[in-house]
Amino acid sequence: MSANGQAGEYLLETRDLKMHFPIKAGVFKRTVGHVKAVDGVDLQVRKGETLGLVGESGCGKSTLARLILRLHEATAGEVFFEGENILKYDRRQMMKVRRNLQIIFQDPYASLNPRMTVGSIIAEPLRTHKGTTDNIKRRVQELLEIVGLSPEHYNRYPHEFSGGQRQRIGVARAIALNPKVIICDEPVSALDVSIQAQVVNLLMDLQKEFDLTYIFIAHDLSVVKHISDRVAVMYLGRVVEIADRNQLYNRPLHPYTNSLLSAIPIPDPKLERQRQRVVLTGDVPSPANPPPGCTFHTRCPRVQDYCRNNVPPLERQEENGHRASCFFPVVSGQKIEEPTASTPYKAGE
Amino acid sequence: MALLEVKNLKTHFKTPDGIVKAVDGVSFTVDEGETLGIVGESGSGKSVTAMSLMQLNPVPPCFYPEGEILFEGRNLLEASEREMQKIRGDDMAMIFQDPMTSLNPVFTVGDQIMEAVRVHQKVSKKEARDKAIEVLRDVGIANPEKRVDEYPHQYSGGMRQRAMIAMALSCNPKILLADEPTTALDVTIQAQILELMVGLQEKYGTAIIMITHDLGVVAQLADKIMVMYGGRAVETGPTDDVFYDPLMPYSWSLIRSIPRLDKAGEVRLLPIKGSPPSLIFLPKGCNFAPRCPFVKDECHEIDPGLEEKRPGHRAACILSVEEIEENKHRIDAELGVEQA
Repeated sequence: MSANGQAGEYLLETRDLKMHFPIKAGVFKRTVGHVKAVDGVDLQVRKGETLGLVGESGCGKSTLARLILRLHEATAGEVFFEGENILKYDRRQMMKVRRNLQIIFQDPYASLNPRMTVGSIIAEPLRTHKGTTDNIKRRVQELLEIVGLSPEHYNRYPHEFSGGQRQRIGVARAIALNPKVIICDEPVSALDVSIQAQVVNLLMDLQKEFDLTYIFIAHDLSVVKHISDRVAVMYLGRVVEIADRNQLYNRPLHPYTNSLLSAIPIPDPKLERQRQRVVLTGDVPSPANPPPGCTFHTRCPRVQDYCRNNVPPLERQEENGHRASCFFPVVSGQKIEEPTASTPYKAGE
Repeated sequence: MALLEVKNLKTHFKTPDGIVKAVDGVSFTVDEGETLGIVGESGSGKSVTAMSLMQLNPVPPCFYPEGEILFEGRNLLEASEREMQKIRGDDMAMIFQDPMTSLNPVFTVGDQIMEAVRVHQKVSKKEARDKAIEVLRDVGIANPEKRVDEYPHQYSGGMRQRAMIAMALSCNPKILLADEPTTALDVTIQAQILELMVGLQEKYGTAIIMITHDLGVVAQLADKIMVMYGGRAVETGPTDDVFYDPLMPYSWSLIRSIPRLDKAGEVRLLPIKGSPPSLIFLPKGCNFAPRCPFVKDECHEIDPGLEEKRPGHRAACILSVEEIEENKHRIDAELGVEQA
């Protein structure tokens, strides 16, 4: 549906996006290899939805976010925003696009300049994108109120605020220009548990109020499930499964998604005692030297010889757009260790 | 007699801004082979409690105005540094959140485990090395004969934490203090480490004090729970009781504020308003009163002690059990949560 479809179908779309960081060594800094942080990602984001992006550290989630915003220049691939490939844009055109593409960072301590007042931090995007000066103060105070801070906080500095309040300042800065898409890069993982819910609820309220589209990046699958409409799972720079939220969490097809879900402790002691865990062996391989074939084959409990030499495409495996890149997907009710199919799955069969 | 009994422990720090009451009157017991989960947010005093047990807080600025830490009947607060050195590692061992900063980068993993062994046992270098290899194998490190001579940077995050556990277990301690041992790790690695800890506990009968902010981890491991807030224990009891029938508004709010993997997305999260209190200027009355959804006028005046609300289940709240239940129902009804 996507690869050949019209680009205008989606608000934001990436096609075969790649980021290979060079590894340099020696006196002459010769390139000796590449870290394949993002290695061919096709994602489609619909207007008004929240697309959750999950995966372990080093899987390329944050790099992908930065590629979409052109904070890194992609090695290859395309990013379509409202039907146009923004990777071809020059600086001036990019300025216009950035009004509509904003980001909220993980660390509310590092992402706010300690020498600027809250007022000037939030006003900065307004000034850069040329609002009239007399309106700026009023707009900033309005924004402070929207995110649940008091307008009197205008002249204070970031260190006077707690972590949760700082993240609210980051949110105010991101929505200042009425963007269409906000990329939330682990917006709650640096916050205390009792504060996380405040920020999650704020983000969900703002989405309704301002018709925002979110790409929500997190390693906490419970938070992602709570906030997302669709969820994509990344492993070693690739999307390995994407589906509607409930579909993905209730009937995961990829063995990696399955073991990821099973690894998460649930705050319910009785349920915990009954659970059968799939504990993966080993660590995530290095993205500088990913394994051949399916990149998950080194840790997969269902691995077959076929997986070691063939790369599974991200194909549609169910009617409702549920796609997974696996030759031997998990059938619901089946134990994950038992691949029953003797021939690899191919779409359309 | 309990293996470890902590009575009214107070750990305070002198700072230029005033006295920080990091731990302010905490009592609990741990029996042999038992797992106690200590839950709380950052700044609630969980780590300082653990560091006090090991006597690892720097003195000064730290001082202990009151309290007793009875390990097998002996008060550790009165033990000399020499005695403590014997207890640390031999009887009580600790693993930390960040395995990279707790391993020395210039020594091999083997050297560091051997050091721990040789401090506590009269063994030759060869025997210590064999012991190091044995414990590394125990914690699931493949090829330990080779890995024992590698440096920490050659290990992955999960392997470093395994090495830390190996070091902690090398002298067969009676209590293992685990301070957020999996917080820095990915979930699939966290599952490996937790499984390993449970397995080793079954094998050696070690008691574990598991300190974490992750309610899921304690639900999985703990026999009993202590919830901390603002330097105090605010609720203690068997794991099931605390999870299914929390009797302190803070524990209840905490459980309500986290999205759950098995039912997320259906109900709105109930955030706890405000933020945790400053440990220098604690509010008058109950520490949690400024954020409490069940607050009454008296809460701002009376400082509630930990009292037994139900058999074996203590909570620090001036509200009666009936009042707490009533409040829970009221707020759940407002949120549209179905009663379990």
